[in-house]
Parts: sequence; structure tokens; C-alpha cells
Amino acid sequence: MTSLVELMDYDEVIEKYDPVLGLEVHVELHTNTKMFCGCANEFGGEPNTHTCPTCLGLPGSLPVVNGKAVESAIRIGLALNCEIAEWCRFARKNYFYPDMPKNFQTSQYDEPIAFNGWLDVTLDDGEVIRVEIERAHMEEDTGKSLHVGGATGRIHGAEHSLLDYNRAGVPLIEIVTKMIPNTGRRAPEVARAYVTALRDLLKALDVSDVRMDQGSLRCDANVSLTPKTTGELGTRTETKNVNSLRSVERAVRFEMTRQAAVLASGGTVTQETRHFDESSGTTSPGRKKETAEDYRYFPEPDLVPIAPSREWVDELRGTLPELPWERRARIQKDWNLTDEVLRDLVNAGALDLIEATVVAGAKPDEARSWWVSYLAQQANAKGIELTDLAITPAQVARVIELVNSGALTNKLAREAVNGVLEGEGSPDEVVEKRGLKVVSDDSALEKAVDEALAAQPDVAQKIRDGKIQAAGAIVGAVMKATKGQADAARVREIVLARCS
Amino acid sequence: MTNDLIHATAAELAAKIHSGEVSSVEVTQAHLDRITETNGKVNSFLHVDTEGALAQARKVDEAVKAGETVGALAGVPLALKDVMTTEGVPTTCGSKILEGWLPPYDATVTRRLKEAGVVILGKTNMDEFAMGSSTENSAYGPTRNPWDLERIPGGSGGGSSAALAAYQAPLAIGTDTGGSIRQPGAVTGTVGVKPTYGGVSRYGLVAFSSSLDQAGPCARTVLDAALLHEVIAGYDEMDSTSINEPVPAVVAAAREGLNGDLSGVRIGVVTQFQGEGYQPGVLRSFQAAVSQLKELGAEIADVSCPSFDYALPAYYLIAPSECSSNLARFDAMRYGLRVGDDGTRSTEEVMSLTREAGFGPEVKRRIMIGTYALSSGYYDAYYGSAQKVRTLITQDFQKAFATFDVLISPTTPTTAFKIGERANDPMAMYKADLCTIPANLAGTPAMSVPSGLSDEDGLPVGLQIMAPALQDHRMYRVAAAYEAARGAFGGPSL
Repeated sequence: MTSLVELMDYDEVIEKYDPVLGLEVHVELHTNTKMFCGCANEFGGEPNTHTCPTCLGLPGSLPVVNGKAVESAIRIGLALNCEIAEWCRFARKNYFYPDMPKNFQTSQYDEPIAFNGWLDVTLDDGEVIRVEIERAHMEEDTGKSLHVGGATGRIHGAEHSLLDYNRAGVPLIEIVTKMIPNTGRRAPEVARAYVTALRDLLKALDVSDVRMDQGSLRCDANVSLTPKTTGELGTRTETKNVNSLRSVERAVRFEMTRQAAVLASGGTVTQETRHFDESSGTTSPGRKKETAEDYRYFPEPDLVPIAPSREWVDELRGTLPELPWERRARIQKDWNLTDEVLRDLVNAGALDLIEATVVAGAKPDEARSWWVSYLAQQANAKGIELTDLAITPAQVARVIELVNSGALTNKLAREAVNGVLEGEGSPDEVVEKRGLKVVSDDSALEKAVDEALAAQPDVAQKIRDGKIQAAGAIVGAVMKATKGQADAARVREIVLARCS
Repeated sequence: MTNDLIHATAAELAAKIHSGEVSSVEVTQAHLDRITETNGKVNSFLHVDTEGALAQARKVDEAVKAGETVGALAGVPLALKDVMTTEGVPTTCGSKILEGWLPPYDATVTRRLKEAGVVILGKTNMDEFAMGSSTENSAYGPTRNPWDLERIPGGSGGGSSAALAAYQAPLAIGTDTGGSIRQPGAVTGTVGVKPTYGGVSRYGLVAFSSSLDQAGPCARTVLDAALLHEVIAGYDEMDSTSINEPVPAVVAAAREGLNGDLSGVRIGVVTQFQGEGYQPGVLRSFQAAVSQLKELGAEIADVSCPSFDYALPAYYLIAPSECSSNLARFDAMRYGLRVGDDGTRSTEEVMSLTREAGFGPEVKRRIMIGTYALSSGYYDAYYGSAQKVRTLITQDFQKAFATFDVLISPTTPTTAFKIGERANDPMAMYKADLCTIPANLAGTPAMSVPSGLSDEDGLPVGLQIMAPALQDHRMYRVAAAYEAARGAFGGPSL
């Protein structure tokens, strides 16, 4: 079906149109309890076990605002350089859907808690662009529908649906950008970089798990094209189900090429919600609505207004941690890194890991070397992210320490790391189990050297004749015989001593 | 003996039960018997919880026997409006859509009653989701007025008021969104109080209009209402709109009023609530009450609250708007009625068929009005304007209370009308709440106390007393003094 969609060549799109982006990010807060009740806010769990009259929307139940969620919302607003409302309210967004217990979502409408901010976003080549933030507001998540039967897992064609309300009422912050114009060719990259920057920021604030794969960070990408000939803003589409950073970039790029093809063929872009398909990298229209959605917003009468005192806001400002860009600047200076090196580390997702390894006692150079070379190779080979490797920065620091103390050679160290990655335990346990010890007993080495010299008499003779470079072959043989556990430099000394 | 028990006040019954003169089980059984005997005629109870009531009564009797301190109303029976959730006991709100639903939790009011040892006899009939002024809108048939079985007992809380008037219970709980406690009180000759908004928790009160709904006590005497008020009132962390302030000392105020002296109390008569459209007998009863209050020493003068003229239209935008959203949850997905789920229909179709079959005409009318009033492009003209009227009404109250301690008016323009008389004329029906609505819009307390019988039809008339927010005790004092001066006016014979 998707193969029937006409796409325009990307270069041609950029030649003819200016893309305009708008990004809406939903963040699930990891508060202990839900937004309006005392139920546990936990991912997973047996269906419908984290529920109560309030989050099930039972008749008579009432919401009570989670103060911790308000606190997180304000901290997010402050970190995004927003103004914090002196007075704001919740509003009801009315629409019928089975996974919404009350058939209205308690959200915020024209009175968000935070508004008018910005976030500086660093692109892959180091260029920084400022994304303006329209608003950040509080709301509750819906439950989850599981559509059973049917090919797509979507409601169309399903035989029946199961509802799980564990997620209903989980605190959400929706962060909405203003229109992001003038990004041209780089629009898809900007979209990805923005979500990445936002994710890192939210992680630093420790307000959310920010797991796109688990839905605790969700991005809706609004894309429209402005024809360069007219300069008139085009009709936008909103693409949902974008579940990874890479998908953000792909979804935006796909929509640009699709919309351009529609416009170029004389068609019009339909304002609609579209669904991103991870496997094909394409978008398809969501369910067609027969009537325009009218959410009939009105102030939530079950809740009182929220008026955060300026003292409280200032206090929360004081709790903001070192933010990602501040941290990067500090690390660059402390470790004396060039812009390129820093950027590569950031792009590889290695900065956190290296810093944590340094904190655990390693030198920055040593830590960097491990993460960007050997460990990066391992992650690459396994097809996973560096962060998902089964080794902690502290374990890497321990391996480095063992090397520095002479307990392990570099080769042994790599083997120790392999053991950790394969789940054999801590570096010390792996060293113990695998018997990874540098052979430092000279008599054992002397015996091995004598055996090697005896096995290769012609080489031995060359060394005795003063061709010292020939010693390498004997050292290699000894290292092989000792399974790499010998200190190669010491072996060389012994070889030369024996042949003198 | 049984006759004495069912005619006694709650205060009298409590004294007898706590002194051991009579057991709560005897008192409870007497009322259960009375219900069995009369409910066929009145249809005030939708569900009688015989076992639950007797179990609670036995518990209180044991506590009394053991010499434990019990609550002021422990052991006294009560009728609970079917809009309050009761764990494991049916709660229908007078609607087909909730038929068979057993709530898994108690409303805060229910919980407080149980903790105070009050005996809940069962659940009383009401207009569906509290929308109506006659209890004719119940899916389970109308409740009849014990004073004249051809007439309405008021609404929406007609079941509770009729239960009091029929001596089926000495105490009842009502909820008042536009007059649903006070108007039934007026037309059945009983006392009904709408406390300050936020004075009694709404947790477990199935919402009609969240910003207006308020639960309150109903009784046959002012003191009984005050005793019940103190049991159910007070801050509740489960209701964000509940007020975190001490409960007004309404029992003390009622007792003070009983000494019959209102010297220095300034009472304003709201001029908007008399004249055209008011039944002459109602106005004569009201004038007699004014004279009696003067004799008690009150200073009485007229006060004009011009915005009150717009209260009814504002109410009929705000209440339907909120109800259109509050009632959206009845969608067949989680509880209650489910129609058309035969495996061939979509979720939307099942929702639609269920709501079509489960809601009565008045509920549908209000959902439609509210949906329209909130829709984009109309919000400012309707809901927005109504909220402005609400502010003006609040300001009128504030101005009036700068001069007066309490305001008074007739509770309703007429006495109880006949069943069916206004069923096809919504506007006439809505006018039954003309005088009661302003207090809901302003969130201020108001009550109805009987002012005897109308001289033209022999039916009860109510005197409405209104006070500023959190000054509920003022109206109890005036009401108790007036009640004592007024004296007995008889009761219905069933």
C-alpha cells in the first residue's frame, strides 16, 4: 500500500520548498504516584492492578493534584527558560475513547503552567540553533488499548480490544515548540537533535525515565511545506507513533518528500494525523474523522487553580542540576578537548559513560580510549547502543586500574572486559575465573624462553650474532605459550640476557 | 411504641438509644417496618438495606451496652440519596444506565455516617442524576408527596424529603445543585440545608454539576439537621474543593436559636423573589414568617439583588455544560448498562446505543444543551457569559451581606404541583428552582425551613434563609428561633 505513495527526491524538495516544523513531546514523569490519585506510577505490571476509583473514573470519584508533578513541571519549565504562570488552571478536554476512563482528559488549555521558553540544540556539525518553546503543560495519560485479532494491531480489523488502565492518570508534561522555520535541508536532523537535547535535559532533571521505547518520551512531529514561489505556509500533518530518535528524523524526512510530491502533482495536503511505521519508514493516515474534533475545553471544576508562589519557583530554580550544555562546556575545558572530539563523544553517546568512568577513578584519556575504541567496537558488533553494553563505567575504571598496576596486560584487560560483557561477573571475578594473571615469575619465564630458543635454534643463533630484532619471534612464541599472560617487556629482557 | 419511635426527632431517638431506654435495633426495625408499610404508596426508597442497617444498629447497641462513647447520632436511622456511593450497595442515581452497579467504595459522606454510628436504611429515589425538580425523572418511577399522593415531593431529592415526611426516617442526606435539597424540603414540610460549597466533601457524590453540587442534611427539625450537618461536614483531602476550615458550629447555633431571641439580627428580604408568578398562599405564609421574625427581635428590611433575575438562565448553561462532561463516562466500557455488544458493532455504536437506552429525556436534553454551550465558537457567548453572571450574583450577595446577617425569601414560588402537570413544560419545571439557584451559583449556604401550610391548598410552604459563605451557623440560629415560634403544623396522614 505504502509503495503507491509518490515521493519527491529530497534535493528537489529542498529546492522548491521550505519545511516548517512543530514538535510536541509528551513526557511521562516518574513520580511515585499518579497525577490525580495515590496509585503507583510504574511501567508494566499486571493489567489493571495500579488502579483506583479516581484513575478508573468511577462515578463520584474526584482528582487531587500530585504536588510532586507540579514541582517537576515547574522545574522543566525553568530548565526550558520558560515563564512560570503565577496562576493557572486545569481544563477538561472532552472526547470519547474507551481507554480514557472519564471520556475527558484532565489537561491544561489556555493557561499552561510554563510558557515562552527556548532550548538551544546542537546539530551534528556543532552548529547551534535555538528552538522556541510555546508552552509546557500538565496533563494525565490515558490507559492502553490492546487490539486483538487483525493484522495491524490497530483498531481497524481487530476482533476485540482489551483495556489496561495502569497507565491512566500517569502524569504527563506536554512540551510544544513554536513553529521552527528556516531549517531547510536540515529539518529532519533538527527534529532529531531537538528531541535528543530535550531527552538529555529531562534526564539531567531526573523527572522522567525518558525511554522512547517504553513510551515515557513520545514525539508528535508536525510538518508542513512552504512553497518558495509563494511563501505561503502550507497545511501541516501530525505524525504520531514515532518511537525512537532515529524515527523522528526519518518521519520528518518522509513527510517532506511525501507532501512535496502531493503538492507538485497539483494536490493539496490534508490536515490529518498520520501514523509512522517503524519497519517501512513511512507514514500513513490515521483514522478518518467524519466531523471536526471539538474538544469543548472548559476549566476543570473539580480542581482549584494552581498559583505557585514566586518563592517556591525561586527555590525550585535553585534545585536545577548542571544542565547538559553547561556540563559539556565544563568537560571540554577540564579534559582539554577540541570541538570535534567533544562532538564525536556526544554523538557516540559516550560522554556520560566516560565521565562516569572518570568519576570512578580513571584518567579522562584512558576512559575515552576504552569507550570510543574497544567498547564501541563491541557495541557495534552486537548492534546495540554503547549505553546498552553490559558493563558499567565503574567496571571499566577497575579494568584500567588493573592495567595501570601491572596486574593485567592490555590483551588480558580486553579479555576481562569480554568476560564482564558475557555476564561472568565483575572484572575481578572474571580475572579469577579465567585465570587472567600476568606471569611475573622469572623462573617460569626463563623456562619458557629456553624452550622457545631450543625450538628455534637458527633464530637463537641470529640473536647471539647481534641481530636483536630477531628476538621478537622468540618473545612472540613465549607470549603464545603463556597465553598472553606474560609481560612482554620482561620476556624480551630475559631473551636478550640468555643470548648474550 | 412504634408510632412514638417513628414520630420522634433524631435528637430524641439518640438520647433514648444512648441512655439504653430503647435499642437502636428497635428504632431501626420500627423504621424498616414503616418503609415496608408505606413505600408502595410513596416510592421513596429504591433500595432498602435491611441487613446492613440492622448490623450497624446492633454494633451501636453493643457499644452503648459496653459503656463506650458513641457519636451524637449513633444508632439513629437515615435515608441516603442514591447519588452517594455505598460500597457493595446499589447506587443508581435514579438512572437505568447504572442499574446493577455495586460501587467498590464509600463516598466520604457515607463513610462519615458509618463511622458516626448512623444507621443507613437504604437509598432514596431521585430525578435521574439529580436533574429535575419533581423526582418524576427517575427511571424507577416517581416518588409521591406524603401530603398528597397525587403531587410531587420536589426534586431532585424527592425520595429523601418524602422519606422524612412519611416518617420512614428521621434523617436524610440530599444533594443540592440548584435547589434539590431545599425545594423538596419546602414542598414536604421538612428542613433541608445546602451548606457552604466545599463544606461537605463531594468525594463519592456522583457529579451532576461539579461547581454547584453540594451534599447536605435533611430532617424534620432544625436541630436534627444541625446534628447531621456536623457529622458529615469538614475538610476531606479526597476533594480538592473542600474547605480546610473548622466546621461552623451549627449545633450550638441551633440551640442558641431555640431560646427565641433574635434581637439585633439583621434580615434582608430579597425583593426579586416575590410578586408575579408566586402563589398568593405562599406569599401570605412568607409574610407571616416575616412578622414572626420581627416579633423575635430581628431587624427586617427589603434588599434588592438585581442580578438574581439572571440566575436561572445562567444556571441552565453552567449546569448542563458541566453535566455534559461529567456524564461522558457512562459509556458501557467499565460498568453499568451495555447495549448492542453483539460482536458486530463498533465501540462507538455500543456507546451510542447504551447512552440512548440508558439516559432519560431530561438527561439527554441537558447533555445536548451543555455540549452545544461548550462547543467552539459558542463558548464565550454561553458558558463564558454565564460565568460572568455568576460573578455578578456573588457580588450582589456580598453587597447584601454587608448590611444583613442573613437574607430570606420563599423557598419555592408555589406549593407542590401535581404529578405530570409540568412534565411536558421544562420551563415551568425549571422555575421551581427560581429562588434557590443563586446560592448555588455563589457557593453560599442556604436552607429551607417549613413556614406552615398554605391557607389555600393546605400544602407545606418553605422559608428560605441564606447566609454568607462559612456562616452556616447564622441561618441555623434564625431557623431554630423561627421554628420554635412557628410551632407545630401537623403532618401528613398516610
